[in-house]
Amino acid sequence: METLERYLAEHAFFQDIEPAYLKILVGCASNVKFQPGEFLFHCAEEANSFYLIRHGRISVELFAPNRGAVTIQTLGPGDLLGWSWLIPPYRWHYDAKALELTRAIALDGKCLRNKCESDHSLGYDLMKRVSYILNQRLEATSLQLLDVYGYGK
Amino acid sequence: MLVQPMLPVPYVVDKVRQETHDTFTLELNQPGTKAGFSFLPGQFNMLYVFGVGEVPISISGDPLAPRPLVHTTRAVGTVTAAMRKLKRGDMLGVRGPFGTHWPIEQATGDDIILVAGGIGLAPLRPVLYHVLAHRSSYGKVVLLYGTRSPADILFQKELEVWRGRFDIEALVTVDRSSDHWRGNVGVVTNLIRRAGFDPHHSTAFVCGPEVMMHFTVLELGRRGVPDNRVFVSMERNMKCAVGFCGHCQYGPTFICKDGPVFRFDHIRWLFGKREV
Amino acid sequence: MFVIEREHFQALLEALHQRGFETLGPTVRDGAIVYDRVERDTDFPIGWTDEQEPARYTLKRRSDQAMFGYVVGPHSWKKFLFPPRERLWSAAKNGNGFSVMPEPDHSRPLALIGVRACELSALAIQKKVFTGGPFVEPGYQSRAEKLFVVALNCGTAGGNCFCVSMQTGPQATAGFDLALTEIIDADRHYFVVEAGSQAGTDILNDVPHRQAEKVEQQAAVTVVEQTANRMGRKLETEGIKELLYRNFEHSAWEEIANRCLSCANCTMVCPTCFCSTVEDVTDVTGDHAERWRRWDSCFSVEFSYIHGGPVRSTTSSRYRQWMTHKLASWIDQFGTSGCVGCGRCITWCPVGIDLTEEVHNIRASERTANKQ
Repeated sequence: METLERYLAEHAFFQDIEPAYLKILVGCASNVKFQPGEFLFHCAEEANSFYLIRHGRISVELFAPNRGAVTIQTLGPGDLLGWSWLIPPYRWHYDAKALELTRAIALDGKCLRNKCESDHSLGYDLMKRVSYILNQRLEATSLQLLDVYGYGK
Repeated sequence: MLVQPMLPVPYVVDKVRQETHDTFTLELNQPGTKAGFSFLPGQFNMLYVFGVGEVPISISGDPLAPRPLVHTTRAVGTVTAAMRKLKRGDMLGVRGPFGTHWPIEQATGDDIILVAGGIGLAPLRPVLYHVLAHRSSYGKVVLLYGTRSPADILFQKELEVWRGRFDIEALVTVDRSSDHWRGNVGVVTNLIRRAGFDPHHSTAFVCGPEVMMHFTVLELGRRGVPDNRVFVSMERNMKCAVGFCGHCQYGPTFICKDGPVFRFDHIRWLFGKREV
Repeated sequence: MFVIEREHFQALLEALHQRGFETLGPTVRDGAIVYDRVERDTDFPIGWTDEQEPARYTLKRRSDQAMFGYVVGPHSWKKFLFPPRERLWSAAKNGNGFSVMPEPDHSRPLALIGVRACELSALAIQKKVFTGGPFVEPGYQSRAEKLFVVALNCGTAGGNCFCVSMQTGPQATAGFDLALTEIIDADRHYFVVEAGSQAGTDILNDVPHRQAEKVEQQAAVTVVEQTANRMGRKLETEGIKELLYRNFEHSAWEEIANRCLSCANCTMVCPTCFCSTVEDVTDVTGDHAERWRRWDSCFSVEFSYIHGGPVRSTTSSRYRQWMTHKLASWIDQFGTSGCVGCGRCITWCPVGIDLTEEVHNIRASERTANKQ
């Protein structure tokens, strides 16, 4: 438990978090490991957790029948994977696959949702952290959309 | 200082190398002399194809091995398309070098962050050559390179060498993946979060499309790299390269002589404004 | 101060010819006063004046026989020093290679006659652009070195003049070899002359002249004072750089763009606009190539083209570029405004856009905003 708390505190996502919150969060956390090629989750499955990646690399993919699996983004150490646990109907919209041996901390979404409901200060803190990441992903997506390395018009 | 800055000097093409489907590298030598072409990393030349026209192209070679003169560019217009058809032994006009350089001398002792987008890797390669030749003068060296797809990756062989070195962290990402790509997918700004550097003792050199540089500077700022330690290379239409023709104005600056390399806080007030 | 009588003006032209100068000055052609070769005093626009308003220029007969009784026309002197089209070099193919030949210096000594104070400033500004930086434009420098300038202190102000605002006139203070003030009394017509250089004194010595009397000197002062009080427009220049930099994003640019035709007239008539482009050409055999430079304008869409498209695709961005460059960023680039207050851009704008009014509007909008 102590190591888990330390891992949480060390992860970029929880930078400068109140130790008291950490104590609450660690109750919802567990260490996980994925083998190369192993799926963390599949599209349309219930989204009950999210992952703080410690080592390794994950690809976030969409499967299109005529194109096969298309990688939208790869994530690595320090990154957060998944926020569908926070937003109804709590289902994944992508597939996530480990590209190499990946170690992460999984946080139980249901457990976290309950804690956030009963402690709105914790909830707000967490929301700020998630929205920061959401904003970064949105920026990245718009940059990707622009196809900036193409020929322009 | 050039005595006749408007006159192209004929150089002979020694080598042409296709880099990707639309980019190529030219190695040039001045006939009748063994002298090399002195330049500073980040500077550019005006290259003239006989009877076709002239375009500004950054120098992509090693500043410490100035012979041959090396240029890497993308065939996008009439002149660069004609340039791509050149063969060994053909001649090309060269005017230069022009413009400001990446201030590597000011960055001594710092961690060096190079962020390149697309063809923007070409003007940053001379920095990498310099830094690797003076490796002990710098802290950590990080190369973050983003491009459109795996097929668009420039200098593939060299990148593999750099990625194999222990004294440099070279990360590559592509916007769009392909079947055989096992590397990172996503925009280059994603790599900034992952790279190991000390934001408070770093100098960042950024080169790529304006939008990419915009988000890169933003992300560097989030990690704590101040704007006055970030340098960007700007692009505008350049015709004369010596400040006479007015085409390359960017606010009060002339990209050809006040740039192309700018300290970011000096142009922040213009950056991102529409149609400047 | 000296006096040259009107009947000896021809002697001034002859003195310049004697010393090998090609004499260039104002002359009437196609309903306007333009600058061209002048051989005799009768080539000058004797008895003519011009009336100017936004988008309007009309030649009118004067009641007297003044030689310089007009303001400024569509031409400026820049065309003689910075030709509208000029070959920069030629190249010839040999085997796989080619050789480049610089353009020989064809420049001849030029005497510009009737250069207004605002135009002297314009000449000085362009000289700074082409010879004041790390690189020197050899053609410009060669022509500028051989120049003889006969300035003219303005005896009349045009409807679009604002040199007083720009502190460039109407009195010529520097940059001339000789400066004339034309005086027409009821019974006399003469020029009060000031020499600004040794070359000027030398020419003056070849022309019948005498010391000016006090009344004559006073008459010259009065003429310029009257002109200064009759400026057609004014431009408040205080803090103008910051004003325009602050207002990169302003509804005024869109509003102007609704009228602006992007015709580039303002840049062609402006005596300081210096933008150019180059054309690379070959002959039919493909063995001979040349590079030509010609005047360009920031109002053309191609001007800002980089691969993929133009940086300034809208008229509003191009007008903003022109005006902000002229009145603001020029100060950062060359330590002086790019505007000399000659009013040509107002007169020759087909829709009469008046930059003094546009600056005033932007300034006024800030005042209104501050009050609210």
